[in-house]
Amino acid sequence: MKYYDRLIFELSKSGRRAYTLPASADPASRFAIPAGLLRAEAPALPEVSEVDVVRHYTNLSQMNFGVDTGFYPLGSCTMKYNPKINEEIAAMPAFQGIHPLQDESTVQGVLEVYYQMDKALSAITGMKHFTLNPCAGAHGELTGLMVMRSYHASRGDFARTKVIVPDSAHGTNPASAAVCGLSIVEVKSNASGLVDVEDLKPLLGPDIAGIMMTNPNTLGLFEKDIREIASLVHDCGGLLYYDGANMNPLLGVVRPGDMGFDIMHLNLHKTFSTPHGGGGPGSGPVGVADRLAEFLPTPKVVEENGRYRIVGDAPLSAGQVSGYMGNFGVILRAYAYILMLGKQHLALAGKLATLGANYIKESLKDAYKLPIPSVCKHEFVFDGLIDDGSATGKPGATTLDVAKRLLDFGFHAPTIYFPLLFHQALMIEPTETESKETLDAFIDVMHEIAREAAEDPDILHGAPHNAPISRPDETMAARRPVLKYQDELS
Amino acid sequence: MSKIIEGLLYSDSHEWVKVDGDVAVIGVSDFAQAEMGDITYVDMPEVDDEVTKGEDFGALESVKASSELYSPVSGVVVEVNEALEDAPELVNEDAFANWIIKVKMSDKSELDDLMDAAAYAEIAK
Repeated sequence: MKYYDRLIFELSKSGRRAYTLPASADPASRFAIPAGLLRAEAPALPEVSEVDVVRHYTNLSQMNFGVDTGFYPLGSCTMKYNPKINEEIAAMPAFQGIHPLQDESTVQGVLEVYYQMDKALSAITGMKHFTLNPCAGAHGELTGLMVMRSYHASRGDFARTKVIVPDSAHGTNPASAAVCGLSIVEVKSNASGLVDVEDLKPLLGPDIAGIMMTNPNTLGLFEKDIREIASLVHDCGGLLYYDGANMNPLLGVVRPGDMGFDIMHLNLHKTFSTPHGGGGPGSGPVGVADRLAEFLPTPKVVEENGRYRIVGDAPLSAGQVSGYMGNFGVILRAYAYILMLGKQHLALAGKLATLGANYIKESLKDAYKLPIPSVCKHEFVFDGLIDDGSATGKPGATTLDVAKRLLDFGFHAPTIYFPLLFHQALMIEPTETESKETLDAFIDVMHEIAREAAEDPDILHGAPHNAPISRPDETMAARRPVLKYQDELS
Repeated sequence: MSKIIEGLLYSDSHEWVKVDGDVAVIGVSDFAQAEMGDITYVDMPEVDDEVTKGEDFGALESVKASSELYSPVSGVVVEVNEALEDAPELVNEDAFANWIIKVKMSDKSELDDLMDAAAYAEIAK
């Protein structure tokens, strides 16, 4: 990887310009900007030529690592390859050049995508209806919990103020519940890494709004007691929320609706191959069972005699959760993915992801501690090295060291120190698109790193050796962050 | 082996309490700071806020994780350790010298539920 670390400000030369515009007489009076809103001094912007700008950002972009440059086994986050046909379709002028306030008659195709996407996601998950409006997974969780509250409130039942969340849950679950004004009750995992049904039973009662579950859970394990859990929660009057973060392996195989879930969200940016990471736009559609459909947010798209309409009026709706109707560009890409694969091949995607994860797990369990040895789904967790090299008398190599050393070999590091159930967690998710050759190359490198750790853990402590920056001081970056460039001269 | 001080009371969520009349001085144990790693931020309540035994009154953030602080007693916050706002690393340097909040207790009998140093040493390992 080439090294480039300059700031655009460092390239600045006074008076240099990419474009020179005709002098403007008096822009303030021309646009009637009040004097109080005019700045006294010009902003300190970099002064650079066009080629400076192009080279600067091209150089920076070449220091990037993405799923288009290499294997990215980031467990729980699903860095799935984004097929380029998604981008081609999203770039079509008829989709790209529209405005949300255009007349419905001029965007019938867009509304049809919304309508058909609702149908497709409902069929895939066994739900009755989806809203596509939430803009991210956690936004979907909040929306789903608002639906849950609206449902209980519509029955005049205001006593249900608690949500049960497993101790293995994504941190967003309790956070979303808290934002929705609900308090959190934790249910423990048993020795097999699954929700402990006996621990759950005494928590159930008239104060429980529902339970949030991820299935397979964050350890990559299928919650096989889900039917019993569903009937226990329903018997106490609560609802079941499905966190769709781990829907990948179940595509076309098992449906949350059939497991007994009432409300769920999907992460289109995980399961349905839309771009992901860097804070880019996500999409977290929320699906519900039939009896909850009237509580979904508005606006929504309906079909009448082959024409599509946006409807904003729904008296029992949980309300509006985003401007207009979510991130259409993301919904469109995901719709393209679903149509490209079709029913048969969507089911294959989940199975291949599961096969890849189990292949890595079985191939590496001789070198890395495998706390839960059962068959995993699309991802799994190691708990650090079996031989961390501490027998050499040097400090042992940790999961962090393994992750840093992987960078030297051109792989993105897996997720580390999550889930919190294990101290040295290393969470690997290969996704369905990786070939056996790629998986083998990764396995070889992981074995090589384990050998290095056993012989000389300092090789890992000093890693990465080949990256432009080795180990930045994360503590100081958090304690004393420098958030913006400051001109030394000003 | 983390440090444990005799004469303090401890909760199972790793807070310590020093009783000073009606006031409980509350911090986190040396074991807790070691588990957290380098602490980057201490989220604290404000003076006059009410705290409830067993409920969170703030949080510790480190490079590794964010962990809630649970109040070992109920009452009203009378003082917060403002030094931690600019220097959260003080908790790493000496978790017992650098208390987090002081609470005027509403029910001193709640102290009976806390552990002594010997009992806490059993869980902090």
